[in-house]
Amino acid sequence: MKVMPKQIVIDPVTRIEGHGRITIQLGDDGVVQDAHFHVTQLRGFEKFCEGRPFEEMPSLMARICGICPVSHLIAAAKACDALLAVRIPPTAIQLRRIINMAQIVQSHALSFFHLSSPDLLLGMDFDPVQRNIFGVLQRYPDLARDGIRLRRFGQQIIEWLGGKRIHPSWVVPGGVNEPLTEQRRNQILATIPEALEIIVRTLDWFRTAMGIFQEEIATFANFPTLYMGLVNEDGEPDYYDGRLRVVDSAGNVINDGIEAAEYHDYIGEYVEPHSFLKSPFYIPLGYPEGIYRVGPLARLNVADRLNEPKAYEEWSAFRELGRRAVQSSFYYHYARLIEILFCIERLRTRLSRPDILNKHVRAYAEPNSFEGVGMSEAPRGMLLHHYKIDEQGLVTWANLIIATGHNNLAMNRGVLQAAKHFVKGNKIEEPMLNRVEAVIRCYDPCLSCSTHAIGKMPLHVQLVSADGGILDEIKRG
Amino acid sequence: MSKVTIATVWLDGCSGCHMSFLDQDERLIDLAPLIELVYSPLVDNKEFPEMVDVTLVEGAVSSDEDLHKIRKIRARTKILVSLGDCAVTANVPSMRNSFKVADILKRAYEENADLNAGTMPSGQVPTLLKHARPVHEIVNVDIFVPGCPPHADTINYVLTELLAGRKPDMTGRTRFGI
Ligand code: SF4
Repeated sequence: MKVMPKQIVIDPVTRIEGHGRITIQLGDDGVVQDAHFHVTQLRGFEKFCEGRPFEEMPSLMARICGICPVSHLIAAAKACDALLAVRIPPTAIQLRRIINMAQIVQSHALSFFHLSSPDLLLGMDFDPVQRNIFGVLQRYPDLARDGIRLRRFGQQIIEWLGGKRIHPSWVVPGGVNEPLTEQRRNQILATIPEALEIIVRTLDWFRTAMGIFQEEIATFANFPTLYMGLVNEDGEPDYYDGRLRVVDSAGNVINDGIEAAEYHDYIGEYVEPHSFLKSPFYIPLGYPEGIYRVGPLARLNVADRLNEPKAYEEWSAFRELGRRAVQSSFYYHYARLIEILFCIERLRTRLSRPDILNKHVRAYAEPNSFEGVGMSEAPRGMLLHHYKIDEQGLVTWANLIIATGHNNLAMNRGVLQAAKHFVKGNKIEEPMLNRVEAVIRCYDPCLSCSTHAIGKMPLHVQLVSADGGILDEIKRG
Repeated sequence: MSKVTIATVWLDGCSGCHMSFLDQDERLIDLAPLIELVYSPLVDNKEFPEMVDVTLVEGAVSSDEDLHKIRKIRARTKILVSLGDCAVTANVPSMRNSFKVADILKRAYEENADLNAGTMPSGQVPTLLKHARPVHEIVNVDIFVPGCPPHADTINYVLTELLAGRKPDMTGRTRFGI
C-alpha cells in the first residue's frame, strides 16, 4: 500500500470489460479528497504492428477487442482505404454500416443486460454473490432471456455477414469481401420484429425504473463537459462515417465538420502516471479543461435529429431530461437503449433498399498514400486508427485513440463525485463501493480496447490510516 | 447433487473467448442450474475461491500480475482449461515479444502523447514481463481448446463433457486461428 493519508482500493472493478482498479483517498476527517480510476494492462498494438503488411491491419486490430472487433475492423479498414486512396463502392459502405450497427446492438445489449442489469434490477445494495446475470436469470428470467436474445440478434447478423461472430474477416481494405445475398437479407429482416419487441419492452420498463435512481442520477458524473460524436449531413448520429461535432454543456455546437485527417489538431493525449490509459483532451481548451465525453450519451447530445419514428420519439423524451445537454452519466444506460432501438429501425430501413444486394462491393488498388486515418463510431464512442507505411506497404507506425480513452477524464471525475457522495467516514460498506464502481459501468468502458488490454484481479478493499494501520477491510464474496 | 463450480479468467487476451462463452446464448439458461459461476469478470466475487472444479483461462501470461494470478489459480483449480489461442500459444499478445518492453512503453507514452509525454505509468500499474507466454509454460494445463476464439459450440461441448464427468476429446472439433 502506498503511503497516503488513507486510501481505499477497489480492485478489480467488476462487471466491466477489462482490468481496472479504483483508489479513493480520504483525509483525516474521513472525507473523500481524491479518487482515481487506474487501468492496469497494456498490450502494445501500436508498437508490434510495425513491420506487418498494411492489409493485415483489420484482422490484427480486431484482436484488440472481442467485444467490439467489428469497430476495429471498420476503423482499420477505413484507414487502409485512405492508404489506397480509393473511393469504395457505395454498397460496400452500406454493408459496413449494417455490420457496425449489428455490433452496436450486441455490445449495448451486453453492457445493459449482462453487466449492468444486476445493479438496476436487483439493486445496488443486493447480495454481491447473486448480483450478476445468473442472479437476474433466476429472479427475472424473462428479462434475462430478452438480453440473451437481443445480444444474439446482433451477433447472428455479424455471423451471417462475416462468417463468424467474433473476429470475422469480411471487412477488407477497399470494401467488403462478398456481396449480400437475397436469402441472407431476408433472413436478417425476419429477425427484426422480435428484436424491436424486446427493446420496446425494455425501454418501457427502464423509463419507469429510473425513478428510483434519483440519487445516482444526481451524483454519477453529473457535471458539465464537452460532448463529441460523428454526425451525418442531416445532423443524425453517424456510426460509420460523418464528421466530428463538438458540443458544450449548454448544447452549443462549438466545432463541427472535423475530418478524420485533422483529428490531431483537436485531440491531444495526456499521460496519467497512475494508469496505462492516457487522457485525451480537446486541444483548444487544453488539459484538463478540455474534458469531454463520447459514446451513447454524447452521440444523443450532439445530434439534431434521429430519422426513424420510434427512436425519434424516445430521443425527444431523452433530450428533455436536460435543459441543454443531458449531463448525468447515469443516462448512458438510457441512451444505450435508445441507440439499440435506432439501430434496429435503421437496419430495417437499409436492408429494405434494393441496392443493398448490389454485387460491386470492393475496390482494388495498391497503396497510393503513406499515411491514413480511419474514424468511426464504436459502441463506446468515436474510434481512431492512424497508420503510416513505407514503399513496401509495411506499417512503420500506428496511433490508436479508443472510445473508452476519450472518457478517461470524465470517468475519473465521475468516480470522485460519487465517492464524495457515497463514501463517508471510517467504515467501508460494500454497497457504497458498488455505487462507485457503477459509475464506471455507466460508461461501459472497454479496457481491452482502451489500452489494447484486458483482464481482471481479485477485490480487496482496505481503509488505511496515515500511519499505515488498517482501519477497516473487506473482501467481496 | 451440488453444482459444479466454474471460474473464468482474463489474462492478456481480447475477451473474445469470453464473448464466445456468452455466444452459447440460450444454452446458458440450460447450464445455469448445473453450474455455479464462482469467479469471473461477469460476477462480483473479487477473491478467487479456495477450490474450483473447472477454470477456463483466456489470454497469455504477460505481466507480473498475470504470473502471480495463474499460479494461485492453478493451486486452487481441479481442471484447468486453456481457452483459445492466446492461452494455448500466446498468439497475438506474443507479437510484442520481438520488441523491447521499453520501446512498447515509449511508443504509447512518449511518441504518441502530447502532454506529460515521456512519463511512464508506474506504481499503480503492473510490470510487463519481457515476453508474453502461453499458460502451460508457467503451470500445468489439463485441457487445451484452440481457436481465436473457439466456437461457442466447442465451448459448450467442453463444458457438457466435463459436467458428465468425461474428458472432452478435442480431435477435429476446433483448430488454431481464424
Ligand atoms: S484467442 Fe483470439 S478471441 Fe481469444 S483472447 Fe486471444 S485474440 Fe481474443
